[in-house]
Amino acid sequence: MTVPQQTSGRAIEVRDLHKYFGENEVLKGIDFHVDHGQVVCVIGPSGSGKSTLLRCVNRLEDPTSGTIWVEGVDITDPETDLDQVRSRIGIVFQSFNLFPHMNVMRNLCIAQQRVRGRSKDEAVEVARANLAKVGLAGKEDAYPAHLSGGQQQRVAIARALSMDPDMMLFDEPTSALDPELVGDVLAVMKKLASEGMTMMVVTHEMGFAREVGDKLVFMDDGVIVEEGDPAEVLANPQHERTRSFLSKVL
Amino acid sequence: MKRTTKRKLTDAILYAVLVLAVVLAGALIDWSAVKANFFDPAGWKRGGNWGDLITIGVKNTIVYTLVAFVFGFGLAIFLALMKLSPVAPYRWLATGYIEFFRGLPALIVILVMAFGVPIAFNWQPPGGLVGAGLIGLILVAGAYMAETLRAGIQAVPKGQTEAARSLGMSAGRTTLSVVLPQALRIVIPPLTNEFVLLIKDTALLFVIGVQVGQRELTSVARDLTTSGPTAGTSTSLIQAAILYLIITLPLTRLVALLEKRQQRAR
Ligand SMILES: Nc1ncnc2c1ncn2[C@@H]1O[C@H](COP(=O)(O)OP(=O)(O)O)[C@@H](O)[C@H]1O
Ligand SMILES: [Mg+2]
Repeated sequence: MTVPQQTSGRAIEVRDLHKYFGENEVLKGIDFHVDHGQVVCVIGPSGSGKSTLLRCVNRLEDPTSGTIWVEGVDITDPETDLDQVRSRIGIVFQSFNLFPHMNVMRNLCIAQQRVRGRSKDEAVEVARANLAKVGLAGKEDAYPAHLSGGQQQRVAIARALSMDPDMMLFDEPTSALDPELVGDVLAVMKKLASEGMTMMVVTHEMGFAREVGDKLVFMDDGVIVEEGDPAEVLANPQHERTRSFLSKVL
Repeated sequence: MKRTTKRKLTDAILYAVLVLAVVLAGALIDWSAVKANFFDPAGWKRGGNWGDLITIGVKNTIVYTLVAFVFGFGLAIFLALMKLSPVAPYRWLATGYIEFFRGLPALIVILVMAFGVPIAFNWQPPGGLVGAGLIGLILVAGAYMAETLRAGIQAVPKGQTEAARSLGMSAGRTTLSVVLPQALRIVIPPLTNEFVLLIKDTALLFVIGVQVGQRELTSVARDLTTSGPTAGTSTSLIQAAILYLIITLPLTRLVALLEKRQQRAR
């Protein structure tokens, strides 16, 4: 294996990332990074490329060009073991994506056992701890279809946490939820942040970004228009595009 | 005329036609001939045709159907995964296979497997003639079930694969633990339909003429039209038809039920 280019030891480092879908250039040269223990929130209008950026970070999408380092490992290098890298990045999707044919416990254990190679007992113990953490102790035997959206999303978070990831990526984790269920999920995310988890959060929850985020990134039309301290960006946006977006959502 | 009056009049006419048809049938059909040919009591009573029809015919039909289904299904999983493979030549091969065998009458495939291939390739089919015929049936059933399965696999939301891969599961593990179990659930109703079709298709094995003990239901019934207590009548065929319906109708009902349940689950 080639030694990865030195990357100042960041959790995520993205350099000059371009992504095309056919003729359509969706990411137009993104430079982006997340430091260890940092919570970076990404906002921007629908279709601006937020999900694509997040998905490139664990190669659910293949970058067209550019380099991405995760924990110092160049994941755009064809030699990199992607399964290994992915198992260290927790992802939470807008649509939960729990495995509907498995109960909650199985959802939390399968990758621990099959990927991490943990014994069943070990996996169950880790799973229980994480279920308790997201406030769902006792739901081990439930099937996803019998849980509310908010509960499903918290199970999804627990599933990702059970792999002991180095970082967590969230793609609009509360956008599919009924308003009264959003709070529970955000509370879990806040707790994670306070425990020092490295997080990249694509969200429309400006309150969360202001309160929890260490950095706010505003994307529009495939580029990062503006980034900085969340309170600062929200209160005093420097670019017209940011101002116009914020005026619509705030 | 008022709408309701008109409606009542059409209904009355429709019923009148129906009654007339029944009366005409009753008057014109020679019921004693029907009875002698279809319902010869020598076949229907205990110790008549039922023994051979059930202990040989139904038994072999069920065994052949199960064998063809199990192997056909195994083949179908392979074909379906090949058809969805990222490697183009695999896709071409699977597509070629599926189109080829779906485009042929099963009868031709069975005949070629039973009488052509063993001679051409100096091949001793496992299970003899029946085995060769069954392989023909399996080749065809596999092609049909592969298409059903492919549709089922593609009906599993993409987010499922993404969730599994993002937990670090390999492509193979994802297919095995996440995609296939969900796809199978989706295809249970159409697969049950394929099963019913297969039950009926085992009747095609009739053409290869095997030992008495290996004959399936249609062959046994056919034998009983020329020998036994109802020789010279079609009684045994009617009895076989009833036995087929006893097997297939509950399965067809089951499919309807399963489909209803799946629709509600959506
Ligand atoms: N798989 C895909 N194939 C083609 N186009 C895509 C695909 N995924 C996303 N896009 C396009 O890329 C653009 C950015 O999408 P996305 O990253 O999902 O934006 P956001 O998450 O900011 O709403 C959109 O125009 C979308 O239509
Ligand atoms: Mg998105």
